Amino acid sequence: MEIYGMGIISLCMFIGTFLGNLLGELLGVSGDVGGVGMAMLLLVLISNYMESKGKPFPERIAKGIEFVSCLYIPIVVAMASIQNVLAAFKGGAVAFLAGGLATIGSMLLIPLISRSVHLKKVAK
Amino acid sequence: MVVSIIKKLFTSYGLVGAFGIVALIMHVAYYIANAIGQKRMGSAFAIIIGLILAYIAGKYTGGEKGLADIELFAGLSLLGGGMLRDYAIISTAYGVKFENLKKAGLVGVISLIVGVFFSFIVGAIIAAILGFQNPVDITTIGAGAVTFIVGPVTGSALGASSEVIALSIAAGVVKSVLTMIITPLIAPIIGLNNPTAAMVYGGLLGTTSGVAGGLAATDPKLVPYGAMTATFYTGLGTLIIPSLGFLLVRAIFS
Repeated sequence: MEIYGMGIISLCMFIGTFLGNLLGELLGVSGDVGGVGMAMLLLVLISNYMESKGKPFPERIAKGIEFVSCLYIPIVVAMASIQNVLAAFKGGAVAFLAGGLATIGSMLLIPLISRSVHLKKVAK
Repeated sequence: MVVSIIKKLFTSYGLVGAFGIVALIMHVAYYIANAIGQKRMGSAFAIIIGLILAYIAGKYTGGEKGLADIELFAGLSLLGGGMLRDYAIISTAYGVKFENLKKAGLVGVISLIVGVFFSFIVGAIIAAILGFQNPVDITTIGAGAVTFIVGPVTGSALGASSEVIALSIAAGVVKSVLTMIITPLIAPIIGLNNPTAAMVYGGLLGTTSGVAGGLAATDPKLVPYGAMTATFYTGLGTLIIPSLGFLLVRAIFS
């Protein structure tokens, strides 16, 4: 059943967010440290484990999960439409330069770091 | 009478209304994308239209939640809010091969640490250049360049003024909005076309909404990889910026 797929995501989300909050408490940071990431990792581990056993999720369960991931882009569009874009423009030079240069600089670092991995692999 | 019934529909069926509004935005976006022969840019256009509408709504209402501040469109804050966003992000992990994650695991961690410090240092330098001298202010604005959550968390921990905290939030919002817009444009130049690069990207940029929007507009297949590292970024930032970051700035500026 499709709802089982949606339930599996819920389960992963709750376990991951629980662990994220626990980690946050232990580190003394209020809030969730990497909960969504851990939930994703859990889903990857479960689905890869089932596949390695030769028992991948039945088609209808997979459909339930895929339905939610199809909603991802519309959700992102809705998210874009509720951002405080005006504040970004109003923040003035400090906000624009600090945020803008951090963004562009970080993007330019991507090839440096991902290429260094590539080189290491070639060296091996 | 008719108007009040319609109004009631939108307010009591908020989420359903949001589905309709987003469908309409996406239809317009894909229509434009098709018309200029750039089919793959459809979701990028949809995100940009969303941001433009958010800007207009912000001007019109004076609120902070874009279109959702207009009563008729309040349902968008449910559809585009943190709960469904995270739920949908997690679902994209289905179909990811564990092997790919293992391959980029270490580089993901490295990019997270580099990413948090890099954005913080850039933000702090800009603050110092533009005349801020108090270490608390410099740290808070630098933290805002990390993400718009790290900024206020750091600012309130260090006792920064509310103006500086507002600036730090603005810096973070600039980062997330800019990330959504320029990622699809810059992706071919920086080699953002494979799972490893996407994990590095998530770790370096770290703004969950920016990464989510940017990758969705670039290549939806890369979303899970970028999202996975990005989700650790804000946590790492709130951990090390108010502590280590502040000590660093204080050592330099006082």
